[in-house]
Amino acid sequence: MLIFELSRPGRRNRAQIPTVEQKTPAIPASFLRQDQPLLPEVSELDAVRHYTALSQKNFSIDTHFYPLGSCTMKYNPRGANAAAMLPQFLARHPDAPDDTGQGFLACLYDLQEMLKAVTGMTAVSLAPMAGAQGEFAGVAMIRAYHDSRGDTSRNEILVPDAAHGTNPATAVMCGYSVREIPTDVEGNVDMAALRAAVGPHTAGLMLTNPSTLGVFEKNILDIQRIVHDAGGLLYYDGANLNAILGTVKPGDMGFDAIHINLHKTFSTPHGGGGPGAGPVGVNAKLAPFLPLPIVDKANNRYRLLKEEDLPQSIGRMGAHLGNVGVLLRAYAYARMLGGSGMRRVGEFATLNANYLMTELRKAGFEVAFPGRRASHEFIVTLKRLKADTGVTAMDVAKRLLDKGFHAPTTYFPQLVPECLLIEPSETESKQTLDAFVRAMKTILEEAHAQPETVKTAPHTTPVRRLDDVKAARELDLRWTRPTAG
Amino acid sequence: MPFIPHTEEDVLAMLSSIGVDSVDALFDEIPAELRARGLEGVPDGMNEMQVARLMGERAEADGTYLNFIGAGAYEHHIPAAVWQLATRGEFYSSYTPYQAEASQGTLQLIYEYQTMMASLTGLDVTNASLYEGASALAEAVLMAVRAHKGARRVLVPRTVDPRWRDVVRSIVRNQGIELTELPYDLESGRLAPDALKNVQWDAHAALIIAQPNFFGTLELVDELTDSAHEHGLLVIAVVNPTALALLKAPGTWGAKGADIAVGDGQPLGIPLSGGGPYFGFLACRQALVRQMPGRIVGRTLDVDGRVGYTLTLQAREQHIRRSKATSNICTNQGLMVTAATIYMALVGPEGLKEVAYASHANAMRLVELLVEIDGVEPAFDTPAFHEFVVRFERPADAVLQALRAEGILGGFHLAPWYPELGSALIVCATETKSAADLERYAKTMARILSKAPSRARRVINRKP
Repeated sequence: MLIFELSRPGRRNRAQIPTVEQKTPAIPASFLRQDQPLLPEVSELDAVRHYTALSQKNFSIDTHFYPLGSCTMKYNPRGANAAAMLPQFLARHPDAPDDTGQGFLACLYDLQEMLKAVTGMTAVSLAPMAGAQGEFAGVAMIRAYHDSRGDTSRNEILVPDAAHGTNPATAVMCGYSVREIPTDVEGNVDMAALRAAVGPHTAGLMLTNPSTLGVFEKNILDIQRIVHDAGGLLYYDGANLNAILGTVKPGDMGFDAIHINLHKTFSTPHGGGGPGAGPVGVNAKLAPFLPLPIVDKANNRYRLLKEEDLPQSIGRMGAHLGNVGVLLRAYAYARMLGGSGMRRVGEFATLNANYLMTELRKAGFEVAFPGRRASHEFIVTLKRLKADTGVTAMDVAKRLLDKGFHAPTTYFPQLVPECLLIEPSETESKQTLDAFVRAMKTILEEAHAQPETVKTAPHTTPVRRLDDVKAARELDLRWTRPTAG
Repeated sequence: MPFIPHTEEDVLAMLSSIGVDSVDALFDEIPAELRARGLEGVPDGMNEMQVARLMGERAEADGTYLNFIGAGAYEHHIPAAVWQLATRGEFYSSYTPYQAEASQGTLQLIYEYQTMMASLTGLDVTNASLYEGASALAEAVLMAVRAHKGARRVLVPRTVDPRWRDVVRSIVRNQGIELTELPYDLESGRLAPDALKNVQWDAHAALIIAQPNFFGTLELVDELTDSAHEHGLLVIAVVNPTALALLKAPGTWGAKGADIAVGDGQPLGIPLSGGGPYFGFLACRQALVRQMPGRIVGRTLDVDGRVGYTLTLQAREQHIRRSKATSNICTNQGLMVTAATIYMALVGPEGLKEVAYASHANAMRLVELLVEIDGVEPAFDTPAFHEFVVRFERPADAVLQALRAEGILGGFHLAPWYPELGSALIVCATETKSAADLERYAKTMARILSKAPSRARRVINRKP
């Protein structure tokens, strides 16, 4: 039932309506709206019950193990939420002067400093509001750097074929063409192909390390040398930073610009698809081009840097300071972890992934790169299962929902057939991982004994498999009031 | 170990299963010279109580103010139920609904949101939200240029928030798209009547119109929309969602209606929170739906014929189209949309209109009180929604500072962006202000301005 179907004309929620004496606006009628917008007319109880019931139709970290690869679905501490929702922080207007928000700015400044320390970068801007916006800022800075040197012939960004789709899409938004670099059998960047691709047209390379294939790019130092020797710069997609938090710093790998997904590595909530935050870090070469604003500290006072302070900045990513509430949650989380806690995040994320990979192999699953260590995630390929039983990776994913587990990422990276990308994160216990292995083992048995059960899964969710073709062909993107009769 | 559940026994059993003798061994593929030696600069960990105390003390030190700043972010009452529901773990800690069967709560909620926003804007379809208003405008500009298939310039009045214009430039610049700025009329505070006279129409893909504009005044949207359409341009409306309960919906502007409407959804139940997270909304005509960036939810049926909801038109998106996607955008602002949808359901059509009325009425009352004060005059003679520009004989920054000392944030200082307006502030009042609050502001202002008036400054800050 939709909220609109609960609506009754004239039903009002008086507690939420301000008292207004003067009801004739000082606005000529030609500017005014004539019709009533289609918002529901329901009581407060109706609304509370409706949205509570809707929430119960979701899988979430708080209710289910959620091993969605490349998304780092770890526990989002409630204490971090409480700290970000302190009334003074919530009430702060974005244009309130800096001297009325010294405590607030101190949190953000400290966060910048901690991010610099864990990434090995020289300077950080918290402005980008998501990973994709961080990528945009990073590539725009690479472009601004080349332009500032009059080096305007560089028109191409290199991207490994296993990269997230945001990488090539971002390069295009920054006015570059994209060249994909193939992957070798071990899951590394194909070095011969990379050598052949670089040249005076190379603006930069975007790389995720550990890669989306769940392995550490062993040749990273050679890669950075090849790209830098050709005059290009290196961009680090921080999507998988959780794997190496505290163990390896992107700055030490030779990256010139990076972004960090705070909603992954720093455990801010994913909120059903955002808000995230994608701060960027750079080395000294790119520091003049960082997006604004940046929190600065001088004489024990904090202030936001503006255009006059950073005249070569690529500009602003949003009207204000970025997704501040997310930044405050990340700050609270980082303070709870401290330096040694951060290092343990990477260690236990890696331990959990390698343990789960080992146990799934023992249970009869095939992994994509059996000769490699897992990073914080790994790939299972169901190519053989599909050939033997007709059961696909999507079927297994759907059947997992019946078993009370959210599915791993399916069919990404696209170059591994019938793949599941599995990321357990460090906040899951051995007992949860063992239960997941048992569920996977059961599904494997079902796939052979009664494949139809798996192919028609899920059976226990509020709806079963949805007709995506119908959804796209007969677009129904909003409810309309049924006509009478 | 914060948030890591492993016992020593667990760790030993796991290592033995893997066949290594230490966690460190799992990192043996990483070149030794890359291993970090330490995390200097990261302080030691604290427990939740200590962090709560640290941040609580910082928040306390910042204090609270009686706020009259608007300028794109607005203080409205947020019903208690909004965030108590939005922070339920099932909304708060889920992700993008890739597995539709396990995400019907979020998906149905977004479908309800799309219905509400389409109706408020008077347009056919909306997406599931973008980061915030200014970057949503940049996406609308990219959309319009794609749809127009010729011109790569867009007309933007100087009455659009200057920060939003900067954001659009930062985002579209590298694709060779430029903005042409249009002047405003110093008397009315809206787009100058002859601003469109010398426009090189065929070089432009779209006209942006903000209603209300950055000064809070109302543009002549019908005439502007028709002019743009006559010359083959698209119209991008920039609107405030609260105002839409009172003002004409963009879909009904002029003869044909605006083509795209964007805005910041913050007024709909999202706290000011120092600038974010907010969310951007983007609505358009049906014909442009495949040019839209971001997530879109559609209604469909499952194999048993039951109604269900799913992400749709994904062929536009980066994870499918890669370098040919409509945008690099990946997430929406899911949790903010959750809050906004609950907000709109709680206030309803009548409630939202009353919020708009009350804000408008308070702003009109406040401007009356302020212009009675010697040394304050209204900058424009045009109808406004819930904010307005006033000009001072004294320097506005000094006035703001004096108000701040009395616990009042008096408005947004315009001089850095609009020096031609002299010493001027944008002042906003919403339904959150009582009659006593308005009186307090006006009385404090009168007291400040009665002290030490400077003849010299009067001359310098005359209206241009």
